[in-house]
Amino acid sequence: MKRFLIALALTALLLPAGGALQSGGSFDFVSQAWAVDPDEMLKDPKLEARARDLSEHLRCLVCQNESIDDSNADLAKDLRVLVRERIKAGDTDEQVKKFLVDRYGEFVLLRPVFDWKNLLLWAAPVIVLLIGGIALFMRFRGTGALSESKLSASEERALADILKKY
Amino acid sequence: MSWMSGFSIAELGHYALVLALALSLIQSTVPLWGASARDNRLMRVGTVSTLIGFLYVTFAFGALTVAYINSDFSVANVWENSHSAKPLLFKISGVWGNHEGSMMLWVLILSLFGALVAAFGGNLPVTLKARVLAVQGWVATAFLLFILTTSNPFLRLTPAPGEGRDLNPILQDVGLAIHPPLLYLGYVGFSIVFSFAAAALIEGRVDAAWARWVRPWTLMAWIFLTLGIAMGSYWAYYELGWGGWWFWDPVENASFMPWLAGTALLHSAIVMEKRGALKIWTILLAILTFSLSLLGTFLVRSGVLTSVHAFATDPTRGVFILAILVLFIGGSLALFAWRAPELKQGGLFAPISREGALLYNNLFLVAATATVFAGTLYPLVLEALTKDKISVGAPFYNITFAPLMVPLLLAVPFGPMLAWKRGDLAAAAQRLLFAMVLAVVALVATLIIEGVQHPLAPLGIGLGIWLIAGAANEIIDRSGIGRMPLKTSWARFTGMPRTAFATALAHAGLGVTVIGIVATTTYQTETIVSVKPGESLETGGYTLTYQDSVPHTENNYREELYRFVVSRDGEALLAIAPAKRFYSTRQMSTTEAAIKTFWFSQLYVSIGDQHDDGSLTVRAYYKPLVTFIWLGAVLMAIGGTVSLSDRRFRIGVAKPARAKRLQEAKA
Repeated sequence: MKRFLIALALTALLLPAGGALQSGGSFDFVSQAWAVDPDEMLKDPKLEARARDLSEHLRCLVCQNESIDDSNADLAKDLRVLVRERIKAGDTDEQVKKFLVDRYGEFVLLRPVFDWKNLLLWAAPVIVLLIGGIALFMRFRGTGALSESKLSASEERALADILKKY
Repeated sequence: MSWMSGFSIAELGHYALVLALALSLIQSTVPLWGASARDNRLMRVGTVSTLIGFLYVTFAFGALTVAYINSDFSVANVWENSHSAKPLLFKISGVWGNHEGSMMLWVLILSLFGALVAAFGGNLPVTLKARVLAVQGWVATAFLLFILTTSNPFLRLTPAPGEGRDLNPILQDVGLAIHPPLLYLGYVGFSIVFSFAAAALIEGRVDAAWARWVRPWTLMAWIFLTLGIAMGSYWAYYELGWGGWWFWDPVENASFMPWLAGTALLHSAIVMEKRGALKIWTILLAILTFSLSLLGTFLVRSGVLTSVHAFATDPTRGVFILAILVLFIGGSLALFAWRAPELKQGGLFAPISREGALLYNNLFLVAATATVFAGTLYPLVLEALTKDKISVGAPFYNITFAPLMVPLLLAVPFGPMLAWKRGDLAAAAQRLLFAMVLAVVALVATLIIEGVQHPLAPLGIGLGIWLIAGAANEIIDRSGIGRMPLKTSWARFTGMPRTAFATALAHAGLGVTVIGIVATTTYQTETIVSVKPGESLETGGYTLTYQDSVPHTENNYREELYRFVVSRDGEALLAIAPAKRFYSTRQMSTTEAAIKTFWFSQLYVSIGDQHDDGSLTVRAYYKPLVTFIWLGAVLMAIGGTVSLSDRRFRIGVAKPARAKRLQEAKA
């Protein structure tokens, strides 16, 4: 019964995905990219390196799963320029991110923030490791001694009899 | 138009598909009835209907292919995705370069695997074979219904348009000819494993023999999936133009999840086969692996993800596949919940043992699968439930997936060194001394050559060497090379089972891939500049001098070739010509990167915008050891093939099965 409930729950988990269907798909699939133009780059290589690193963590909002560092969409270019402006203005990486999140929402971050809303996302590997680890622990605790003294009294006697013969 | 279209080949194809559906209904039911009634004739109906059904599906697929080859634009699907000026290869590969056609390929491969069991499953107990075919029939029925009701590729257009709308230019590449068939052979191939699991649950009997029967199918699917994923990665690398080789795109994840689960399955099935333990877990993994394949099909085919591969826009399709998904995953898990408790667990073992090591492998692979699963589906679920939109991209996986891989990879060389039942970790470590020394040497050497700028990279290289040397170490140790006289060790070497070499090859391949990944991501050089004709740029020790640009025209596109001379230390080595193409039918342009391989490293040059003053934006990379990423995958697949060739596991030679069948015949 317990297993059945787990099966049901797993199935139910899949259902909400149906809701997302209405949003539908789009027909422009594969897109190519060139990204960062030489004229966008900052003079200071240290700042530019920071800008590149940050760009890899920011989503090109109109693209499909591309960072602004990879995308050649106009919006991505605008965002790259914006990131560099903020860096030149003296923002820290966190401040740049916050600036963009305030403007575009968390959607712009390719690494979701660590909060209650995203708890299950972040905890998924830990949950599996924990459940698996506990299951293994329980299993091995029961069989710690392995087959060594698992013989019953009568079996021990039978074994002793056999051994006596040789 | 050619003679074939006069024959209304599309209608014949459509008709064949309907017949295939009818046969799959027979295949789904009659053998089940036969198995429970122990009626051999009824069970044989399953074999026959599976084989004939496969012929019909093949015919339907062939009919569609003929329509493509003949550029029969009266077939809507051909008109939407083809063009008469396209080269023949891309006309054929264009068959599956769209939603309807790729579902046809899916069903073709599904029924191919069913037919293989029907034809070569003579060594299986008759009732098991009948049930396997029936379950395979359920899946075929569901997907044939899906094609016929929502994704019919044979719809006609009247009047027929004169010219087609062409295939997406990015798909006009040999990659499309190879990648989807390989990938589908992989993840649809796991359907057979699923059918075996469901059939075993229906039978209520699972034993070591079952694991042995399933082994070749799991291996086959796994080999194809490995190659398919690697091929897809290389295709994206050279075609998309910025030299990335893995994007953690949901569609990539859709094929990666069955790979991870399938790899876990491959390992747990070994325990079941050798020791009769982990039965329930192995059955569950078999169900989960194919469930993830179905999930992948849903994600890609429903259009629920708008990502680089999303072809579908019609929500009715999404709902249909979702129904299939819920039915099969829910149904099989319910069956599992109902029957699994009756299966007897066997084979005790200590935590430190070969079995324990394989379980450790499973633990981390399943956790890794869960990570990819959460990363792929969580944003969808969250948006559906709360309207919050989040993005999960590479930066997420870099800090969640990678840490799970490290403890797994560190343990890999230990696995084959531990004895069954109860192993000795210290002794295994002692025997792995050679590999440890090499790994540390590699680590230190990388540190000395590349410096401490990237502290994690030398560790990664060391890890890769640890895997490769660990694999070699196992072979050396088992054959006694260096410890025993040459003659003895040679005899031992040649006497080793092929599976030992298979394991070593696959594990070494993993190490090769790790080195490729670490070297490329950390030590690649990138130069992005604007150059005018006559000017040069430098990357990774190579100097590229921009010469000029020349136009070139092909049947269905025109391109501009930008010619560069590559030199090193003042000596001209070769000429390269990255290009920009323009496809007039779709009004799309693509970049064609120029890639030159030097040993295992590559020079990668792609072109950006050309400016009014004649200057050209160029992105040039030097990617050290980048080919290791894919060569490693090829090694893994070779390992799988070697294991498949071990005669103990070849399909059709398992003696105990034959004896069992004889027994059953007598009974």
